[in-house]
Amino acid sequence: MTDSNGTSATTNTVSASLRRALSRLRSFFRKDSLDHDMTDEMTSHLEMAIEENVRRGMTPEEARRKALVRFGGMQQLSEQHREERGLPWLDVLGQDLRFTFRTLRRDRSFAIVAVLILGLGIGANVAVFSVVNTILLRPLPLRDPERLVRIVEKNPQSGESSKTYTADATEEYQKRNRSFQDVTGYFAFTGPDNFKLTARAVPLPVTGILVMGNFFQTLGVDPVLGRLFRPEEIVKNARPVTLLSHAFWKKEFGGDSSIVGKAISFNNTPVTVIGVLPESFDFGSVFSPGAKVDLFVPYIMDDFRDDGNDLALIGRLKPGVTLGAAQAEADMLLPQLFFELKHPEYGKGYTGQLTVLKEYVSGKLHRSLIVLWCAVGLILLIVCVNLSNLLLARAAARSKEFAMRSALGAERGRLVRQLLTESLVLASLGAMLGLGIAYSVTAYLAHQGSIALPLLSSVRVDSTALAWTVMIAVAAAVLFGLVPALRVSRGDLQEALKDTGHGTSEGRKHERMRSVLVISEVALACVLVVGAGLLLRSFLRVLDVDLGFQPSRAAAISVDYNDGGNAEKRAAIWQEVVRQVSMIPGVEAAGISDNLPMSRNRSWGIAAKGTEKPKDNDFIGIFVYVVSPGYVNAMGMRMMKGRDISWEDLANNQNVVVINETIAKKLWPGQDPIGRIAVAGGAEVRVIGVIADVRESSAEDNAGAQMYLPANKNFGPEGANLVVRTKLPPSALASSVMHTLRDINPGQPATEFKPIQGLVDHATSPRRFFVLLVGIFAGLGLLLASLGIYGVISYSVTRQTQEIGIRMALGASRSRVQLGVIRKTLLLALIGIGAGAVASFAVARGIASLLYGTEPTDPITFAATVVLLAVVALLAGYIPARRASRIDPMIALRAN
Amino acid sequence: MGESKLDLLQGTLDLMVLQTLAAMGSLHGYGIARRIEQISGDEVLLNQGTIYASLVRLQQRGWIDAEWGTSENNRKAKFYSITRTGRKQLAQDAAYWERLAGVMGRVLAMQNEGGGQ
Repeated sequence: MTDSNGTSATTNTVSASLRRALSRLRSFFRKDSLDHDMTDEMTSHLEMAIEENVRRGMTPEEARRKALVRFGGMQQLSEQHREERGLPWLDVLGQDLRFTFRTLRRDRSFAIVAVLILGLGIGANVAVFSVVNTILLRPLPLRDPERLVRIVEKNPQSGESSKTYTADATEEYQKRNRSFQDVTGYFAFTGPDNFKLTARAVPLPVTGILVMGNFFQTLGVDPVLGRLFRPEEIVKNARPVTLLSHAFWKKEFGGDSSIVGKAISFNNTPVTVIGVLPESFDFGSVFSPGAKVDLFVPYIMDDFRDDGNDLALIGRLKPGVTLGAAQAEADMLLPQLFFELKHPEYGKGYTGQLTVLKEYVSGKLHRSLIVLWCAVGLILLIVCVNLSNLLLARAAARSKEFAMRSALGAERGRLVRQLLTESLVLASLGAMLGLGIAYSVTAYLAHQGSIALPLLSSVRVDSTALAWTVMIAVAAAVLFGLVPALRVSRGDLQEALKDTGHGTSEGRKHERMRSVLVISEVALACVLVVGAGLLLRSFLRVLDVDLGFQPSRAAAISVDYNDGGNAEKRAAIWQEVVRQVSMIPGVEAAGISDNLPMSRNRSWGIAAKGTEKPKDNDFIGIFVYVVSPGYVNAMGMRMMKGRDISWEDLANNQNVVVINETIAKKLWPGQDPIGRIAVAGGAEVRVIGVIADVRESSAEDNAGAQMYLPANKNFGPEGANLVVRTKLPPSALASSVMHTLRDINPGQPATEFKPIQGLVDHATSPRRFFVLLVGIFAGLGLLLASLGIYGVISYSVTRQTQEIGIRMALGASRSRVQLGVIRKTLLLALIGIGAGAVASFAVARGIASLLYGTEPTDPITFAATVVLLAVVALLAGYIPARRASRIDPMIALRAN
Repeated sequence: MGESKLDLLQGTLDLMVLQTLAAMGSLHGYGIARRIEQISGDEVLLNQGTIYASLVRLQQRGWIDAEWGTSENNRKAKFYSITRTGRKQLAQDAAYWERLAGVMGRVLAMQNEGGGQ
């Protein structure tokens, strides 16, 4: 045979098999008409045979009999025909499915419980997977995000200022590096509502981020409408332009595409809208979790030359350049860069830690999310164990049915397949319910702006999550379906048929299997409860921390004013605002600061006079708050020494400062800092007061150095937040405060009156988020474990009804029967708790880095867990124990 | 052995049907079955009905076509005919069978010689 013949033979066979497969599939859906066809054909065959036989001289009866014999068994042949023609396995599957639905409908309560449990387990898993997928696994919604790198100072001392670079240094780095396709940055100190949209009935506060001209090109973000910034728009005194975020465009302009090219008004200046950014680009979720950003304006380098470090840098690596190579270059290049080119005397020398942007955004959450993922995996495991137990109980109750079917000729494989079909159906129904749960949970999470987790707004159940759902549903079905299926298939036919089924202790083996399942369930729940307990205690510790200010009953509002750039006028306006607001009934204290703790922050350098070495980088990074008198009181901060800033300090441009204890100890250890002179912000300032440390960045990190400067000619504020302390709930004051501000300045936009507690909540929100989820999972685990215990004990009591009856007839007391059942329950629970406690020690060590002020071996948590589990087990066992003790020996013995 | 009929090997029936159709042209199921019985001299164990599973198989592979028609006795019947790919397949299978039969014949002959020693 030649080669070409061989090939053609193969293609012939392949195409023939393909045609056959397709025909089979087609036939599967045309069963009725094909059956009809087949019957017609076979009938015609028989008639022809009879006819021929008659022609040969047989009687009609004889002819018919012979023809039928020659034809063979009509039923088998029809079946054979159908098997050849269609998809027999699909038919079998159909039968199994129909049968499953029939059995499940008969056993409705079991089906509902099973689907509910599975739905919860799978739903929790898919929801957490979606979060993990969005934050950890999925690439950032930017072009080639793996080549985007965040550049920050190594060992930043405090706050954003020491993570950022000056305009000059950025430009130099752009020019001199060989690793990056492009380096870009954004202004890191934008507070919320920094612009007001005017030329409308009520001015609207909006948040706009200043970004460098090449920002969107570098990230790889293309506008959906219009265009990006042009070179002539990023120079000094250029025609002002802006790009709108998709959400803001939809909300404020109703998605009107004709807005591009039109001017809108910021602070009474017309600004041209040049484009709209895509929906997928959410600045806040990547760079500033929890913040909503409405629009973008160009960062004009020449406007910021003298302003110090304010650019957060991002670079796009050239193709083929590794992170290591870029880091090596940065280590060499950055120390040579001057802070300001015009003022080389200010010094030089940056450092730069390069981190892949994705890692920078979500790296810190890695461990928390993995823990969450594991917790939710444990839940699914408990769900499977629980269902396995339920199915095992059912299989035991149905053992007679299976024995009967097997005696009637059902193959063992067919029985296993039937049981697996049942678990697959349950798992699929559970997965559908779970998907519903996951959809609503993710939709809810995506709209939680108050949770400061990056990328959370883009959490959704996507195709990867769907694939994950299918995978875990199938895995779960196999996991919980296999044990009962194997048991049934191994079952002894004779014994099962003989077994009376009720009244006596069942086979030890069977019971041992169920006990092992319950014990493992309790152990898994124990691990979850310990984990949740430790995290909860950490969270409570965090809430208990002395923040250095009193967040409750205080609120802040961003104040707008027009001082025409005159510091004296500004001082007068501030004084008037504070005076009038203080007179509102219910207001205890009021004051203004440009920055608030746990909000945006900014730092300068400070040194004690005489110890500083100018032109050197020996200053200590310090958080700066430019304030009015009263701010310290309004925030509920504690003055430890000296006095607060006074209105005279503002009006008379006094160089005074209030510092916190940390910096006081650092600069003047063991001495009285009052009256000392420090050098900060390019000026000499006299210390007039010391306040208790305020946790300025987060509730968990220790306070850094802080100073409070009077808002005067020497220290200009960046915006103004009026803080009001009240006796009433802050919301009750919102309208009267706004009314007062409008009286003073009719242009005051409708900014929100935000409780200070909100800042703290925002800062602690990731921890709360994790505690809440792990807590819910632990509760779920506990519930499932107690259900498992209840199921097993209750079942064994039912099975032993007769036995208990006999014992009671022989004189066993009620309490003794009850005690027996409870002892059995506690034995199971204690073994489970013991195993769980050992496992928990290992797990707790693994999550040690997530704990705050709590030891991983925290005895209280462990003790509470043991007691909790024991009590739950006792409750779960008590109900069947009670039932056992109520058994009437006469009835029990008569039954069956 | 004399009285028992030959069991059909897997796939043999398909080949017989193809060959019958190739030789006889269009034919209904009963005709095919009768023809095979006649040719084999009733040596083959064949329930006539088995032919229909084979016909479905061949049809689905595209090797034969089927069409409802009227028999010589004016009876409604399904008529089968071989297709072009069917003929190709027949040629291949026939060649295979002949080679196999030749080899089997030689092998069995050798055994007989061996037995004679």
